[in-house]
Amino acid sequence: MPAIQGFALLLVLQSIGELLSRGLSLPVPGPVVGMLLLLVALNWRVVREPVSACAPFLLSHLSLLFIPVAVGITSYLPLLGTYWLQLLGVIVVSTWIGLAVTVLALRRFAPPPDTPDAPQTKEAGRG
Amino acid sequence: MANFVELWVYLAATPLFGLTATLSVYVLALAFYTRVDQAPWANPVLWAVVVISGGLLVAGVSYPVYFAGAQFVHFLLGPAVVALAWPLWQRREVVRRRWLRLLAASALGASAAIASSVVMGWALGLPPDILLSLVSKSVTAPVAMGIAEQIGGVPALAAVFAVLTGLVGAISAKYLYALLRIPTDAEGWLARGYALGTASHGIGAARALQVDEEAGAYAGLALGLQVVLQAVGVPLVFRWLAAA
Repeated sequence: MPAIQGFALLLVLQSIGELLSRGLSLPVPGPVVGMLLLLVALNWRVVREPVSACAPFLLSHLSLLFIPVAVGITSYLPLLGTYWLQLLGVIVVSTWIGLAVTVLALRRFAPPPDTPDAPQTKEAGRG
Repeated sequence: MANFVELWVYLAATPLFGLTATLSVYVLALAFYTRVDQAPWANPVLWAVVVISGGLLVAGVSYPVYFAGAQFVHFLLGPAVVALAWPLWQRREVVRRRWLRLLAASALGASAAIASSVVMGWALGLPPDILLSLVSKSVTAPVAMGIAEQIGGVPALAAVFAVLTGLVGAISAKYLYALLRIPTDAEGWLARGYALGTASHGIGAARALQVDEEAGAYAGLALGLQVVLQAVGVPLVFRWLAAA
């Protein structure tokens, strides 16, 4: 039961997010607005308990959810034909650059170990 | 035999087919991925896509017919993005203390990825509409399509580039991190996950979640931030560039 309540809550927040995003023509998509709303709403136990029963399951299969869009690549193969080698090169190298710059920036900005600023490794109630 | 063919034609056209194919191939791909100790090359999204695409081609089923069933899985992306608030909320203390550093790393990483893809693409002679479709490839596919539309790219291509970017990150990040000597302590997992979410959105975050819970949580944070940063920032920067 809590899991289905949690799922209903996620859908309600996504719907409110879509309404806000479209209604106010925000540049941020509805589900992201819903995520920000949930971040605030999690401070209440009535929201936290059902969501904690549903969110970890949904997130543990996040990869599954990308398969339908990804299969769409097949429809664009002819379109990509001429430039596939250049595109592959650009995508691979720029993704590595993005990864490297982000990870090195974070290492650079990281607080020295054993300061209160270091991340917690364990926290009670994590799902 | 004629009956069997008729039955197949009927089944292949119902939504049941696309949904069953997506779930069962994913279950098999995931079992294989677990079997080989979650080796990056065995990425379940990659192999499920290869198998399903191959199957569609062989069986002569079109993508819209497949998607009629697969859309039920696709639909769950929305609530899953909302659910990303959960791992984030659990780490709210760390985020509250370090938001400025995290934000700076996000902005730096995104700028580096966008600038390098546009400059390289331009140098390799890609046409302008393809170049503009490359800009939003570090954000999750549905958002990438919206950004491409705003700056004059091709939305469908933007979605394809976003998926490829996600796969490249998910498959190669482990080796890149080893090369850069990023440790695997709490601080290292934070950086590894966060960078994957920044450069490779949801597909990267899915990989991070499978490898380490800590990395997954920060990947979720990074991809959410990336959506906000790019959805707001990229059209603004391009409008400014066009005016200059």
